[in-house]
Amino acid sequence: MATTLSPVAVDQIGGRGPTLAPPPRDGGWGGGRPDDPRNRLRRYRIGMLFALAAVVMLFVSFTSAYIVRQGMGTWSDASARYVTDWQPISLPPILWINTVILLLSSFTLAMAQRTLSRKLRTAPRGGTSPAAEPALIATDQRSIPWLGITLVLGAGFLVGQLLAWEQLRHLGIFVSTNPSSSFFYVLTGTHGIHLLGGVLALAYAGLTSLLRKPLATRFLVVDVTALYWHFMDFLWIYIFALLHFAR
Amino acid sequence: MGLALLFIIWLITLSSTYYFVIQKWAPLPVASANGVAIDHHFTWTYILMGIVFLAAQLALGYLVWKHRDRGQKVQYSHGNTTMEVTWTLLTAVLFFGLNLSGEKIWAEARFQGAAPGAVQVEVTGLQFAWYFRYPGPDGKLGHTKPELEDASVGNPVGIDPDDPAGKDDVVTGTMYLPVDREAELVLRSQDVIHSLFIPAMRFKQDAVPGLMIHMHFTPTKLGDYEIACAQLCGLGHYKMHGMLKVVSQADYDKWLAAKVAEKLSQ
Amino acid sequence: MSEQHAHAAPTGFIRKYVFSLDHKVIGMQYYFLALVAVFVGMFLSLFIRIHLLWPEANLPWFGHIKPEQYLTLLTMHGTIMIFFVLTTAPQSGFGNYFLPIQIGAPDMAFPTLNMLSFWTTFVAFVVMLAAFFVEGGAPLAGWTNYVPLSAIPSAGPGLGLGEDLWIVSIALFCVASLMGALNFITTTLDLRARGMSLFRMPLTCWAWFVTAMLALLAFGVLLAGGILLLLDRNLGTSFFVPGGLNVSGNLSFPPGGLNPGGHPITHIGGSPLLWQHLFWFFGHPEVYIAILPGMGVASQLLSTFSRKPIFGYKAMVYAILAIGILGFLVWGHHMFTSGMSPYSAFAFSVMTMAIGVPSAIKTFNWLGTLWGGRIRFATPMLFAIGFVSLFVSGGLSGPFLAQPILDISLHDTYFVVGHFHLIMGVAAIFGIFAGTYYWFPKMFGRMMNETLGKIHFFITLAGTYAVFMPMHYLGMAGHLRRYSQLTELNYLRPLMGLQEFMSYAAFITIAAQFVFVFNLFWSMKKGKKAEINPWEATTLEWTVPSPPPHDNFGGVTPVVNHGPYEYSVPGASKDYIMQTDPATVTAH
Repeated sequence: MATTLSPVAVDQIGGRGPTLAPPPRDGGWGGGRPDDPRNRLRRYRIGMLFALAAVVMLFVSFTSAYIVRQGMGTWSDASARYVTDWQPISLPPILWINTVILLLSSFTLAMAQRTLSRKLRTAPRGGTSPAAEPALIATDQRSIPWLGITLVLGAGFLVGQLLAWEQLRHLGIFVSTNPSSSFFYVLTGTHGIHLLGGVLALAYAGLTSLLRKPLATRFLVVDVTALYWHFMDFLWIYIFALLHFAR
Repeated sequence: MGLALLFIIWLITLSSTYYFVIQKWAPLPVASANGVAIDHHFTWTYILMGIVFLAAQLALGYLVWKHRDRGQKVQYSHGNTTMEVTWTLLTAVLFFGLNLSGEKIWAEARFQGAAPGAVQVEVTGLQFAWYFRYPGPDGKLGHTKPELEDASVGNPVGIDPDDPAGKDDVVTGTMYLPVDREAELVLRSQDVIHSLFIPAMRFKQDAVPGLMIHMHFTPTKLGDYEIACAQLCGLGHYKMHGMLKVVSQADYDKWLAAKVAEKLSQ
Repeated sequence: MSEQHAHAAPTGFIRKYVFSLDHKVIGMQYYFLALVAVFVGMFLSLFIRIHLLWPEANLPWFGHIKPEQYLTLLTMHGTIMIFFVLTTAPQSGFGNYFLPIQIGAPDMAFPTLNMLSFWTTFVAFVVMLAAFFVEGGAPLAGWTNYVPLSAIPSAGPGLGLGEDLWIVSIALFCVASLMGALNFITTTLDLRARGMSLFRMPLTCWAWFVTAMLALLAFGVLLAGGILLLLDRNLGTSFFVPGGLNVSGNLSFPPGGLNPGGHPITHIGGSPLLWQHLFWFFGHPEVYIAILPGMGVASQLLSTFSRKPIFGYKAMVYAILAIGILGFLVWGHHMFTSGMSPYSAFAFSVMTMAIGVPSAIKTFNWLGTLWGGRIRFATPMLFAIGFVSLFVSGGLSGPFLAQPILDISLHDTYFVVGHFHLIMGVAAIFGIFAGTYYWFPKMFGRMMNETLGKIHFFITLAGTYAVFMPMHYLGMAGHLRRYSQLTELNYLRPLMGLQEFMSYAAFITIAAQFVFVFNLFWSMKKGKKAEINPWEATTLEWTVPSPPPHDNFGGVTPVVNHGPYEYSVPGASKDYIMQTDPATVTAH
């Protein structure tokens, strides 16, 4: 798909990220068509922000279940009073390493974003055909494959999470062992599934360059995936903090 | 067509209002202390909502007939802010006023526990029956164990035989209460959520497994009152009923003494 | 990422009608899914009414309806109707079809995601229906699925695999709805044509937008509850299920016991109330999701067919927003008898009364729209008028239920069943009917038959009132809901006459729906050919051909110069000004 990048669009796509004006109060996408790269980018970003709102609600629900379950007691016939069965589990230390890996991956992804936006800014004006646009990987032999590194780090995080589960299982702590362990598996598992989605999106982002998709499209995929990825990062820190401090 | 609409809307409105007014299918006569205040508040809500119902529906029917297309000029208008504000405020006053006046009765019923000296009854719901346990002369209920719960051997609530406090506990399938004396019920469940509903007492409360829920009310009329289960609990939900017998204090004491004697002789 | 609206229309049957990215096709797919679902749901309710009328009857093929089967009927009836009809047709059906056109967009923001959300909904429906056919059958815990009944397989028939399938189906539905919601929101915010400011959007678009916001924030909570329940049922956790239970002799989750996986359990207590909180935190916004689009359609039609602007457009918008926001703050009013703190009950009660205020504003404004108008009684308008009447009736039982001291007597009785059926089961359905008769010409290029439409309307209006209004009398008399036999309690005996009356009314009303279905399908082929704007309406969908081309506006971006309800503007040459008419036509 040939993309004509207007000078305005190019100026606004670059640097630390586009400074996109919101659509005018009276609609109309600020001129241009809905599938202009600037408009598409804004649209996908808005979509991703709302998608993240839904993910937030999922974890808000888990959090409130966590707090309720931790605090409430059950009537015990034997002792004729309410007793609570909450027993905190010790968190496997590998989680700290996983956290560092994930934070690192956010950094490398941000670098990938920067590289791509620099490419966009220096792209020939007036438009080119996709065949003439260099593949991200092919020409940057001397630049660092930030996207690839992020992918590896992300996969590494997931492997690390599975190792954490393995360590707990060795200690005889399973999902049904006690309420605290149940929440550990649910929270880390749900986060892991969402992060896996992010890993697949990163793989797709890499694929777009191999498939010679237009630069603007590649930037969009990386940018929107990055939004999701950074959020997953933040979500992990939140979950880790909840499990650690609200034991 | 406008006339047909007016006719059908008015017919539906007036006929349903008629049946609301004459109370053809009336609630059971109230037999508890705070039930009187509840019914009084219900009546007020009824009358006020009834007036709104009539006004809105009759207006709707009237308007669609009056303003049917007869070639007249339309009164072009985007609205009227004064009217908006007015009817919003009136609605708010009506709704909140009604609600807050009812909360007083709620607070009396729920914000404080039973008075000391209330009759103690533990109510146990299970699939698909109600059992009522009275503490007996020692005033204490014995401990129970889920694995001992077995109606077929006469221990439906699972009283632990090793606990002396349980020896004089009376367990019945019919609840007896003395009239004009506050009763404190402690509700529990053995399996799923049930709900103790005594319509004549205007009483309903879920029995939730894992919780011991304290409620209180005061029966004020002698008689037999049906008890039903008001929370879906499985295939026998419809037949999980019981009976509350409100008797004089003297009759109640006689009944309880006889039951205790029967229990202790076992 | 290809944008279909920048390309030529798809060719080939699969791309055009099965895996289409066109919001119009997807909207129709949702609509017809809902149509199948409503017939399944309606047949389930037919069996319910037959059973209540003739408890000993031996139905052909089905045989005698046992108590547990009755409970399955009502569980699946409620589930299918609420999710696959009321959350599907008004929002995903009409919203998908008409939101982009009404705001001047060539398609939804994310066409591929749109297609995915339909097919996920479809799979969810298939999984739900599969529950009927597995061992043990479909679940019987009510659409509310309270724990522990829904969590313990030995607590009743149908609570084995059938219940697991129910949860999986609902979880898939949650995911599909979330995807759809974010499509609607992004489309409304980002794809409006020039001149289509937010306050020039038709109220249908506002309704779809706020409904999508509700769905976005509510379905995740239900999904969380479903995940935790699946774990409780299958992996021995205890989020919701307390320990120490004796379910008809089966001891479950004993301390020191083993869970299904064979691992030792040390926990003894989950919270059944936690399920209720999670469920109703979703469940209350859900009922507003069911009704808001119908309110949008009612506003649209009342204005169009009265030839008068909607009374108080801005107030209507604020009312929709208020209902949306307050809808998240009232969930506890379903739990007044649950064992929840009485102080919480007080707070929820006050918030619930508050939500009655914007609902009242909308009703006043609908009446205000009719007043002084020039009403044309086409079938869509009849259903819109019926909507207002039903909304008033169903809504006014709300203040009874909102007050905990009165709810004590009314909770779990037929009073509640009457309340929510009048609002959801009738008013919201009237919104769907109204939308169907109104937009049929645009979707199919033909008119539906007016005579059949009027017959359908009058029988359905009278019939549904005859079925559901008496439920209020039953409830006030203490008649409990979800009872498969009515013979055990003496105080129910005087009420049997009403139950019979309701069943007969239901039979007639159900029969009348076949008039609608016949009209729908017959008119697609044989209906009178429709002009481009048969109702002389002002909104953007009436500027494009019937049915609209693949990219809606034929490659020309519309420019909007007017608000959506410019009817009978003084000084104008005709009694309506289309939103895209030149700006010189009127000062508005």
